[in-house]
Amino acid sequence: MKLQSYIIADNIISPLGFSTEENFGQLKQMKTGVQRLEKSDLSAEPVCAAVIDQQRLDDEFKKLNASKAYTRLEQLFILSINDTLKQNPAIEIRSKKTLLILSSTKGNIDLLDPEHKGKFDKKRLFLWETGNVITEHFDNPNKALIVSNACISGVLAIILGKRLLEENNYDTIIVSGGDIMTHFVVSGFQSFKAVSNEVCKPYDAARDGISLGEACGTVVLTNDRSKIKGTAITVKGGSSSNDANHISGPSRTGDGLLLAIEKTLKEANMDASQVAYISGHGTATLYNDEMEAQAITTAKLQDVPMNSLKSYFGHTLGAAGIVESIVGIQSMRSNTLIGTYNYSQPGVTMPVNIIKETTGSTVDNCLKTAAGFGGCNAAVLFAKEA
Amino acid sequence: MSDVNYISAFCRISSGKVNVNHSIMFTGEAGEEPAAFIKSVYKHYQLNYPKFYKMDRLCQLAFIASELLLKDNKLTEKYNREEIAIVISNSSASLEIDTEHQQTISDKANYFPSPAVFVYTLPNILIGEIAIRNLIKGENTFFIFDKFDAQFTASYINSLLNSGRAESCIAGWVEFYEGNYEAFLYTVEKTPGVTRTEHTAEQLLNLYK
Repeated sequence: MKLQSYIIADNIISPLGFSTEENFGQLKQMKTGVQRLEKSDLSAEPVCAAVIDQQRLDDEFKKLNASKAYTRLEQLFILSINDTLKQNPAIEIRSKKTLLILSSTKGNIDLLDPEHKGKFDKKRLFLWETGNVITEHFDNPNKALIVSNACISGVLAIILGKRLLEENNYDTIIVSGGDIMTHFVVSGFQSFKAVSNEVCKPYDAARDGISLGEACGTVVLTNDRSKIKGTAITVKGGSSSNDANHISGPSRTGDGLLLAIEKTLKEANMDASQVAYISGHGTATLYNDEMEAQAITTAKLQDVPMNSLKSYFGHTLGAAGIVESIVGIQSMRSNTLIGTYNYSQPGVTMPVNIIKETTGSTVDNCLKTAAGFGGCNAAVLFAKEA
Repeated sequence: MSDVNYISAFCRISSGKVNVNHSIMFTGEAGEEPAAFIKSVYKHYQLNYPKFYKMDRLCQLAFIASELLLKDNKLTEKYNREEIAIVISNSSASLEIDTEHQQTISDKANYFPSPAVFVYTLPNILIGEIAIRNLIKGENTFFIFDKFDAQFTASYINSLLNSGRAESCIAGWVEFYEGNYEAFLYTVEKTPGVTRTEHTAEQLLNLYK
């Protein structure tokens, strides 16, 4: 019998709040964190983005009485991980059996901006150094494992956590994903003409691009069942794949994502008819949402209730897979499915079952999907323990 | 099936030299710039892949290493494309091209970023380039380490193969930053291949050093 991966604590920091509960409360009421910013450091023109309030971040971080200086992203990681430790005292972060996995696409990329030059050592630009800074802060004896694989990084990091727990070299794995909003990232997506002028509209007929966002999410996994608090939820399966089609566009057929979904269900020992809920990638670009609908339909999952959270959080890049997985997990705990903000008219060619309004429903499992630049796809399945 | 896996072939590119399976196959001119050296390897082997010229230097380096690695060890002829994994790591992620993108946007009132540059500001794009070239669809993961982590790489890829999540793997390390570059790509299979070297951390360090 394989060792299981149980979820024993989690946290989301986003414009909607600094804990999973605070975020989920806002989502239940279908409140979005994406705002139109008329003037900002992010863009010369007005831009819609989900940005964490700086005053709140300063206030929350001050409470930790940290003795050293940390970058904005490091502060988010530290606050997010710290909240999980408070939730569950069974997490021994100083133990050699506890590993930290970090997921980020761009790390401290804001430090490249001339405005930040000299505030921190150049070494801080390297993601492995971000790992060192975080493990040192928490006095964790292991080198953090860093995943940087575009927009599937968060889902991949959770899958890695599950796999490493099966090997039993660790008994606890803290998976934390974060990315911040920067001029760097916003200007790049604008150059692709991929950013919507409004709050994005996942799967909708009028969708016209993404909203970007910043967030940090942490989920703590263990193979030690005695550490569970509350509902026992496990990571049942997960897989990644590549479309081998184009570096900045998904395959038309969704065959790569389909492969990741099929391998995930096989590992979870489930068939499509047993899936209760899909937390989609749903970036609200024409191609992504269509590709996903193709993959979901080919996998015979088109009737399963599905949402995208991108119109609440924006696309949070390396955080997305973790933050959105945590919302899925919270949906399972509270048997509540979150409606897709800004979705009104079906806009994909396949009849996928997009959740419009937040509703109560038994949610025994959640399939989370992701796709990203470089042709990568990933899926992971969470389930309540039978 | 046995739990033993093999480094069945490898390609090491560093300091102006191309080493494939223990043979120095090509040596660049003394003092050649890294970017020029990579292009001369491409030309020497007549790799003929027009997309090469669109790639950033990190991807170009990964591309030529993967071409030379797979030239005589065509994984796609032996394995289902969906069962070939690609697991690669480096230290600087995409900082080389990140710096280039940053330069195009440094004037915040008047900036013109290029999508052709921005698309390369993710390290896993090099996995995508190898996947596209070879139509490989299996597991893919890009890790960041301060230096090549033979211990983790060996143990993670062995468990991918031994758990049946992949039948073979293209693995290794590709770095290009501020004039420093190196590529070390290798294939992992259940069969010994030409190098007949067991896939362990110790053997990896022997080949990498």
